[in-house]
Amino acid sequence: MPDHLTGDPIADTKAPRVPLENRWDERKFAAKLVNPANRRKHRVIVVGTGLAGGSAGATLAEQGYHVVQFCFQDSPRRAHSVAAQGGINAAKNYRNDGDSVYRLFHDTVKGGDFRSRESNVYRLAQVSAQIIDQAVAQGVPFAREYGGLLDTRSFGGVQVQRTFYARGQTGQQLLIGAYQALSRQIDAGNVELHARTEMLDLVVVDGRARGIIARDLVTGEIETHLADAVVLATGGYGNVFYLSTNAKGSNATAIWRAHKRGAYFANPCFTQIHPTCIPRSGEHQSKLTLMSESLRNDGRIWVPKQQGDSRPPAEIPESERDYYLERLYPSFGNLVPRDIASRAAKNVCDAGFGVGPGGLGVYLDFADAIARLGRPAIEARYGNLFDMYQRITAEDPYTVPMRIYPAIHYTMGGLWVDYDLQSTIPGLFVIGEANFSDHGANRLGASALMQGLADGYFVLPATVNDYLGSTRLDDVRPEAAAPVEAEVRARIERLLAIKGTRSVDSFHRELGVLMWDHCGMSRTREGLRKALERVPELRAEFWRDVRIPGRGAELNQELEKANRVADFLELAELLLVDALAREESCGGHFREEHQTPDGEARRDDENFAYVAAWEYGEKPVLHREELVFDHVHPTQRSYT
Amino acid sequence: MKLTVRIWRQAGPAAEGRLVSYPVDGLSPDMSFLELLDVLNQELIAAGEEPVAFDHDCREGICGSCGVVINGQAHGPERTTSCQLHLRSFADGDVIDVEPWRAKGFPVIKDLVVDRSALDRIVQAGGYVSAPTGSAPDAHATPVPKPDADLAFDNATCIGCGACVAACPNGSATLFTAAKVTHLSLLPQGQPERAQRVLDMVDAMDAEGFGGCTNTGECVASCPKGIPFASISALNREFRKASRTGRR
Repeated sequence: MPDHLTGDPIADTKAPRVPLENRWDERKFAAKLVNPANRRKHRVIVVGTGLAGGSAGATLAEQGYHVVQFCFQDSPRRAHSVAAQGGINAAKNYRNDGDSVYRLFHDTVKGGDFRSRESNVYRLAQVSAQIIDQAVAQGVPFAREYGGLLDTRSFGGVQVQRTFYARGQTGQQLLIGAYQALSRQIDAGNVELHARTEMLDLVVVDGRARGIIARDLVTGEIETHLADAVVLATGGYGNVFYLSTNAKGSNATAIWRAHKRGAYFANPCFTQIHPTCIPRSGEHQSKLTLMSESLRNDGRIWVPKQQGDSRPPAEIPESERDYYLERLYPSFGNLVPRDIASRAAKNVCDAGFGVGPGGLGVYLDFADAIARLGRPAIEARYGNLFDMYQRITAEDPYTVPMRIYPAIHYTMGGLWVDYDLQSTIPGLFVIGEANFSDHGANRLGASALMQGLADGYFVLPATVNDYLGSTRLDDVRPEAAAPVEAEVRARIERLLAIKGTRSVDSFHRELGVLMWDHCGMSRTREGLRKALERVPELRAEFWRDVRIPGRGAELNQELEKANRVADFLELAELLLVDALAREESCGGHFREEHQTPDGEARRDDENFAYVAAWEYGEKPVLHREELVFDHVHPTQRSYT
Repeated sequence: MKLTVRIWRQAGPAAEGRLVSYPVDGLSPDMSFLELLDVLNQELIAAGEEPVAFDHDCREGICGSCGVVINGQAHGPERTTSCQLHLRSFADGDVIDVEPWRAKGFPVIKDLVVDRSALDRIVQAGGYVSAPTGSAPDAHATPVPKPDADLAFDNATCIGCGACVAACPNGSATLFTAAKVTHLSLLPQGQPERAQRVLDMVDAMDAEGFGGCTNTGECVASCPKGIPFASISALNREFRKASRTGRR
């Protein structure tokens, strides 16, 4: 029995067939417009209020549309974009160091390991400069030089300084900017906000997305909201692994239900594992915390040369330390890309050289940097991160090296979208981390904030305009949504009726361990098969034995979790099928069967330079979108 | 380690609430305070009881979702968020009281969950710069002196958790409002709406039923992000100035 079926390839992503530099201008010019007086007659639903959703809602409302906006948090300001630390890239060339739109485009395609689209990435680089202008105009307090101009820094091994930042809280400040813009539109009556409300299904009428079914998380009421278009900006699905750097509430429900209603799901196996996370301290752990990647600019990574060496780090002399990244990758050293640093840490720990509880950690040592630059310089650069580390671990990183270990951080896969960010369901648009489009198999530092805001402020408003201007939309009768609403109600009743013995968390943790072990930093055919056997069993156990206390018509946090975990249990299977089908290694997807003699990832461009877009069915159906590289020619990545 | 937590249980906004005592054993000092609640909830679910409802999300101290009064102090004994408070701040055998934010402006929804949407409405009243998308000048067109940008940033770090309100004997939202007003009034981009902003935000704050400020300073002492006391004086100055010009 095959794990999947194969369907027709995707022939056209709708990018205009003009030179790369002109595609976005051409698309904007060709896009239909909606008369300003007619815009207020259109309702657009936006689910999610992070960088993508918040900026999209604010912009669509400015244009005159009636926006109906949703977030599961109590306030739109709490979306998980708020936690991004490092910075946001933009091709401003303020440093006169040779940066350009083309260079940002080039770095991003290469960084994505040649699994993203040239058209989309070029557009991202083009609008990046405008994002900074927009954020500054909103009052985002970016770091500045004494002359009053904006400061930048380099990030993730890139050769130019194009990263704009606001201390270690760039995501927070950009999100507050978008939230304030959204707040202004709420006050003006152009945005109708539903906080503490979660999307549970998509309403498709005559083949078009026309609304959502949502649950008011306070009253438990199930509501239908109808509109002319639906925008999903619901973030990534990294919590399928249970332990991740995602916020606890981040979930896949909105995109998964949309997938089951006909939206293709692309490249689900592309998961970014971030190398500089604080290691878990014990079984109780609920959540992992990232340390900014910028630490690798000055910290040196090492493990003892002797396996199982349990001496305190200060007692291990220089000659008995293995600075393994500097040894293996002399030209990039500690600044190798995220997937390489992560895998190298896993390898040394698997071989028994790890430090800290359970041997799952490596040292990130600032002793040399402090000796060279002095403690005040290090405090100025990383003070807040050092404080955060000390708070969590009770160790002083100024005197004892930090311990770090890789963790699940960002998902590059998501719903498939065309150049207009429209899914395979007309009228359903997907933006930010929830779609798959711009990062390929790997995401570079400081590029996720850029994509979220590019999609929300600049791309989506133009393409939604075109959709509404060129589509005849009849009024939807509420009855059309009734069957979907009934399904949602039935599912909740079914969940509450199980009254089993195991908590939702116990299922989620078990799923997480399974996925981390077999579909984490490195994957094998055998491991993936094993997980593919276990996931359906676990899903069956869940539906037989989960225990959810309380009722549906009230604030019920266990029910919220159960609804999401049920979806993770389905998504996990597609993730495994995708990882199994991709018989190559690329970016965050490392298949042990496909490596070079030196143990590096071996990409197979001849057979796998495609986007895997999965259609939902009894068995998933694979639609291939071939990737064409006219401008950046695929080369084997080499960091040695 | 072993702790006893006495937690405020309240089934709904209209229901009566009370403190219920729960012993929890087998804890590690490395656990966060919210992980203690996780452990307790797993035990309650296993025993067929309702778990404790509480707000939380990022668990990294930045989203502002979490927040409970621990032994009478907003976010507990350390100057941080509840998710970044660890059990090593307590002694084995301690009895700890856990209550929701208490303020007229924050009605209880269930157990430790309160409604803080009043803070959003204060921002909606004017806590923004009106800058429609696509019309912005080049970011370098307007230099901002570094000290101004840094002070604006210090105020912009407010996470809107509401600890200042919960800690204030008057249930005042002045520190929250002051942070936003100060952030935007320091930047050139915020000037055109400066006077109107402070008048509208203060009006909104009063309309939401938050108390007045009597310079007690509990808000500052409990703020996990260190919003400075000086921001309140700055708010008062802004308000007086705007009132004199009488701009509406």
